[in-house]
Amino acid sequence: MARKIDVVFSDFQPGSALRAALGMTPTSVIELVTKSKLRGRGGAGFPTGLKWDAARSHRSDDKFIICNADEGEPGTFKDKNILEKQTAKVIEGMAIGAYAIGASKGFIYLRGEYKYLVKDLMKKIEELKSQNLIGKDICREKGFCFDVDIKLGSGSYVCGEETALIESLESKRGEPRNKPPYPAEAGYLGQPTVVNNVETLSFIPHILLNGAEWFQQFGTEKSTGSKLFSVSGDCRKPGIYEFEFGITIRELLKEIDADPDTKAVQIGGASGFCACSDDFDKPICFEGIPTGGSIIVFNKSRSMFMVLKNFVEFFQEESCGQCVPCREGCSRMLEGIEKFEQGRGSSKTINDLLELSTTMSLASKCGFGQSVPNSFRTIASKFKDEILSAGGGEVWRS
Amino acid sequence: MLRETLLRKLDHLIEFHGKARESVLPVLQDLQATYGYLGEETINEVARTFGISQTEVFSVASFYHFLNTKEKGKYVIRICRTISCELRDKANILRALESELGIRMGETTHDKKYSLDYANCMGMCDRGPSMMVNDDLYADLTPSKAVDIVLSYR
Repeated sequence: MARKIDVVFSDFQPGSALRAALGMTPTSVIELVTKSKLRGRGGAGFPTGLKWDAARSHRSDDKFIICNADEGEPGTFKDKNILEKQTAKVIEGMAIGAYAIGASKGFIYLRGEYKYLVKDLMKKIEELKSQNLIGKDICREKGFCFDVDIKLGSGSYVCGEETALIESLESKRGEPRNKPPYPAEAGYLGQPTVVNNVETLSFIPHILLNGAEWFQQFGTEKSTGSKLFSVSGDCRKPGIYEFEFGITIRELLKEIDADPDTKAVQIGGASGFCACSDDFDKPICFEGIPTGGSIIVFNKSRSMFMVLKNFVEFFQEESCGQCVPCREGCSRMLEGIEKFEQGRGSSKTINDLLELSTTMSLASKCGFGQSVPNSFRTIASKFKDEILSAGGGEVWRS
Repeated sequence: MLRETLLRKLDHLIEFHGKARESVLPVLQDLQATYGYLGEETINEVARTFGISQTEVFSVASFYHFLNTKEKGKYVIRICRTISCELRDKANILRALESELGIRMGETTHDKKYSLDYANCMGMCDRGPSMMVNDDLYADLTPSKAVDIVLSYR
């Protein structure tokens, strides 16, 4: 049975973890993070230690660490709460990262929808400055300077992708870059840059204080630690939960008091996977069903056709339009799905869209286009009847 | 809008954000907050100030959902169209606002006071349905609550 955990929102003494880090060499800080096997919590799951190590290895006087607070995946709201309630912890995570890779400047890239948080965040930054936890010669460590600035997004889902985020930070269109070079080598203004998710950064101080073994006791072998989940949809207790990686869908549904007639759970938002009752014993983790944390529950009365259509409309609107497979693919997929509403869809339409899905996941430039087909594939295969009958019309409740 | 007023505003913004190329977006965001949209004149002056082409500024401004290149109402109402709010009867909120304001989704009232738009996930999924009025975020809406909130913006 996977355990309920309380790390991210637990009490924390600002400065304690940073002082511990400053007592170590930057290389040993990175070694510690690598040993903890912490992986990015935004969804992609890239090992944080490796990212830091790559940025450290590239020589430059101007390196940057960016906190990705562009939480835009449908159904996700955990990062907002972390930033609201644990601002100091997140910024300390950034400061530790800055020390480790040799950066002196950090940005919090905050999505435009969360503009109302700016005032409180600025206040907290000033407070940390007055405590000498950011600014010049931090914690009386000669020569270690680190400043944090807040930059706002302006309503664009794709800017959550790290290279699109960097483009946006440079005041350009939020179009993902070709990789390589990776941001660790050439990121913001062409300098070595680390982009970490809010939740990822909030674990860093705890790892510094408690060690890699402590972190590894939670979760699975390949997905260590705990994970925040943003729960919404048909359940009695929506909200934010922290569980060990490896929790099964069934266990999670019980904790959130999901409707007894739950027929589907969307894991990882629009770009994630749809699970039906056959999947409920599968574990949620990088080697199982991966997620950035969005959990949306659907009971028996919901039309999965409408759910799918909602997701594809979202993608069609948010595709940056830069590469053909994603730009055209999203539009064609929406057209195909609308055929079912117009009574023109057939099993051939589904097969054509599955073929399109393969093209999109293979040929799209970034993770956005590559993950568009996830929800189509899983919903179309598990709820084919509902797609062929267009869910019985346009109603949300049958 | 008077050109002098715009230029004075731009001067202030440059003083605060700096004149490097990476300051264009923050400047556009602030101009949008002041004027409600980024018209041709504004785009041209920003381009001139930064020494880049108008097309370049326009391509940035038109990329982001929250930056308008066409005039909108004084208050832009954005209703969350993401699935979690949809499951919590977002459709009723939309219907109530459309009939209260006498406009359809995507339109602006004749007095240029309100515009009605969709937005994607606002991070209020556990407390939907939700909407934004300019920068302010509202959740736990009912049709009457949504109407009262909107009408409180004068």
